[in-house]
Amino acid sequence: MKWYGILKTALGALRRNVMRTMLTTLGIIIGVAAVITMMEIGNGATIAIQRTMTSIGANTLVIVPGAANTSGISYGIGTLMTLTPQDADAIIKECSAIGDVAPIVRARTQLVYGNRNWVPTYVYGTTLSFLKIRDWMDLHRGEAFTEHDVRNASKVCLIGQTIVKQLFGDETPIGKEVRVRNVAFKVIGVLREKGANMMGMDQDDILLAPWTTIKYRVVASSLAAANQSSTNTASTTEVNTLSKIYPEIQQNLYPVPSCTEQADSPMPIRFTTVDQILTAAQSAVQIPRAIEQITTVLRQRHHLRASDPNDFNIRDMTEITKAMSSTTELITKLLLCVAMISLVVGGIGIMNIMLVSVTERTREIGLRMAVGAEPGDIMRQFLTEAVVLCLLGGTLGILLGRSSSYIVTSVLHWPTAASVGAIVAAVVVSATVGVIFGFYPAWKASQLHPIEALRYE
Amino acid sequence: MDLILLKNIRKTYYLGEVDLPVLMGVSMNVNRGELVALMGASGSGKSTLMNIIGCLDHPTSGDYWLDGHDVAGLTARERARLRNRMIGFVFQNFNLLPRTTALENVLMPMTYSKEGISEQQKKQRATEILRKVGLADRLSHQPSQLSGGEQQRVAIARALINRPQVLLADEPTGNLDSHTSEELLGMFQQLNSTDGLTIIIVTHDPDVAGHAQRIIHIMDGLIGDGSGTPKDGCIA
Repeated sequence: MKWYGILKTALGALRRNVMRTMLTTLGIIIGVAAVITMMEIGNGATIAIQRTMTSIGANTLVIVPGAANTSGISYGIGTLMTLTPQDADAIIKECSAIGDVAPIVRARTQLVYGNRNWVPTYVYGTTLSFLKIRDWMDLHRGEAFTEHDVRNASKVCLIGQTIVKQLFGDETPIGKEVRVRNVAFKVIGVLREKGANMMGMDQDDILLAPWTTIKYRVVASSLAAANQSSTNTASTTEVNTLSKIYPEIQQNLYPVPSCTEQADSPMPIRFTTVDQILTAAQSAVQIPRAIEQITTVLRQRHHLRASDPNDFNIRDMTEITKAMSSTTELITKLLLCVAMISLVVGGIGIMNIMLVSVTERTREIGLRMAVGAEPGDIMRQFLTEAVVLCLLGGTLGILLGRSSSYIVTSVLHWPTAASVGAIVAAVVVSATVGVIFGFYPAWKASQLHPIEALRYE
Repeated sequence: MDLILLKNIRKTYYLGEVDLPVLMGVSMNVNRGELVALMGASGSGKSTLMNIIGCLDHPTSGDYWLDGHDVAGLTARERARLRNRMIGFVFQNFNLLPRTTALENVLMPMTYSKEGISEQQKKQRATEILRKVGLADRLSHQPSQLSGGEQQRVAIARALINRPQVLLADEPTGNLDSHTSEELLGMFQQLNSTDGLTIIIVTHDPDVAGHAQRIIHIMDGLIGDGSGTPKDGCIA
C-alpha cells in the first residue's frame, strides 16, 4: 500500500468524524500553543535578563597591563605599560567573539569650574565604545563626543550626575567649560544617572573625554608617572623643593636595577600606551572564546615567546556571568517542564480518542482485513491518523501560540522573542507524541482477528 | 478442475478447558463456475466453514486447496493477500463504510491491492462495476442514502473490484425483503452465468438455496444430504 493511499485513507477516516477529529486535535493544539507561548515569553524574559545583566557589565572583559618585575620584586598589576591603542584596534579587528573595544586612559586630578572644585573618582579618556559597553548610550542631556573628537584630541567632555551636582548645582552644564589640570574642557553632554556599582563606588562621579585629549593634554607623561616604581627616573629627576630640605635622607623604596638587570628585563618603549582596554564579548556565552582570542592576538602583537608569561591580564565578571547563566538555565528548565507536561497531556488525549476510535471502528477493521488488509496496513492506517492529527494540531498550535504571544506582547507589554527552535521542537514533539501514543491503539487494531472484528457489535 | 477442494477439514475451538469441535472432517469441492449454496441450521458450523473457505481462519487440521494452491498452512499475512486477490465477500449486514460514497466504498479493497494500476484506472473500473450492478446514478451516494438492496449491490461491487476467483456471500439476503432478495439472487445467477464467476452462498433459507445449482448441506459439523445422514460433499 502506497503512502499516498494510506494518507488518503487516514484523511478520509478523519473527515468522516469531524467532531471527534477536532476534539482530539484540541489537546495537541493547546499543548503546542502552550509550549510555544511559554518558550517565547521565556525567551523574551531571558533576553530581558541578559540585557539587564549586560548593563551591569556581565559580558565585559577588562584587559590590564601585567606586573612589572625587577630583581624579583613585583610591582603589582598595571605597572607595565604594554597596552597600546593599536592593540585595541587589533582586538576589534581580529577577535570575532568581541563586540566592542574601548581603550582607557586614566587620570586623577582636580576639576575647576568657577569658584568650585572637585576631584572625581574617575577621569577617563576613552572612545565612544565605552558608552556602548557600559550600556550608557542614552545621555541625560547633550550629546556624546565622536570619532572625530578622538582623532583631533578635542577638548570636550561628558560628565556624570555627581560632578554636575558638585560643580554646577542648578546650573545647566552643557556648553560650560571646566578646567582639568589647567586644560579647559567644554561639557557637551551629561550622563544618565547610574548609581553605585557593586563595590559601592559612585559610578556617576565620572568625567569622560576622548582618550587622546586626556593622554596628550592632561596626563602627558603617563609612562613616567604610572611607572614610577619600575623605573627610577620619576622620583629623581623631578625638581622637588622638599628634597632640598632633606637632601640626603631620601632613599629608594626599591633597589635600583643595575644596567644588566635592565637589559635582562627590557621595558619595551611604546610611544603611546593606554592604562586598560575595556572590551565587550558578543554575548556572555562567548566570554571564554573571547579571552582565548584576545590572548592569542596580544601575545602575537607583543612578540612574546611561548615560554614567556603574558604581559597583560584579562579580567571577566565571573560572578555576574555565573548568576546570569544559572538564572537562564533555571528558566529554560522550568519552561521545559511546563512544555513536557502539556504535551504529555495532549498525547494522552490522543491515545484515548484513538482507543475509542479503534473500538468504535472494529467492524471497519474487520472488513478491511476481510478484503485483504494485512495487519501492517491496519497499523499504518491508525498510526498515520494519529500522526496527521498531531501534525494538524501542531500547525494550528503554532499559529495559536504565535498569535497569543503576540497578544501578550501587545497587551501586557511583556517582552517575547520568536523562537524557531520552539516551533521546530513543537512540530517534532507533536509528531513523536502522535507516533508514541498512536502506536498502542494502532497495534491493538492490527491484532484483531478478522472474524471477531466483523462480528463485533 | 476443482477451484476449491477441502479434505477432511477439522476445526476445534479451545474455550479454556472445554474443547468445542465445530467441523469434524469436512470434505467438499466446488468447481470453477459453479453456483453453490452452503446450507445448514444455525450452529451447524456453516459460518466456520465459510470462514475457512474465505481464508479468514485456518483449519485445525485437514487440507485445503484453493485454485491448486495449498492454503491450509498460510500465515495471517499471506491469507490477507490471498483474500485480496482471490476472494470477494458479501455480508448479511452489508458492512459498508459509513459517510463514505458508494464509489469510495468500492475502491477501498484496491488500496490494499498489489496490482500496480493508476488512480484513474481504479476509478474507471469501480464505476464500470457499479454500472454493472445497476448503480450508475448512485456513485456519490452515501450508504445512508441508499436502500438495503442498493447497499447490498454496492457490497457486491466492492467484492468484485479485485476480480476475485470466488464470491462468498454470507446470508446475503438476510436483511432484505423477499422482492429485493429475489432481485439480488437473480444478479448472482446472472454473474454466474454470464461472467462464469464461482459463487458460494451461505444460507439457512431453502428458498435462497433453491437458486443454486447445487446445495451442500452441513449439519453438526459434517456434510449431509439434507435428510439427516452424513455423506461426502464431493461430486465426481
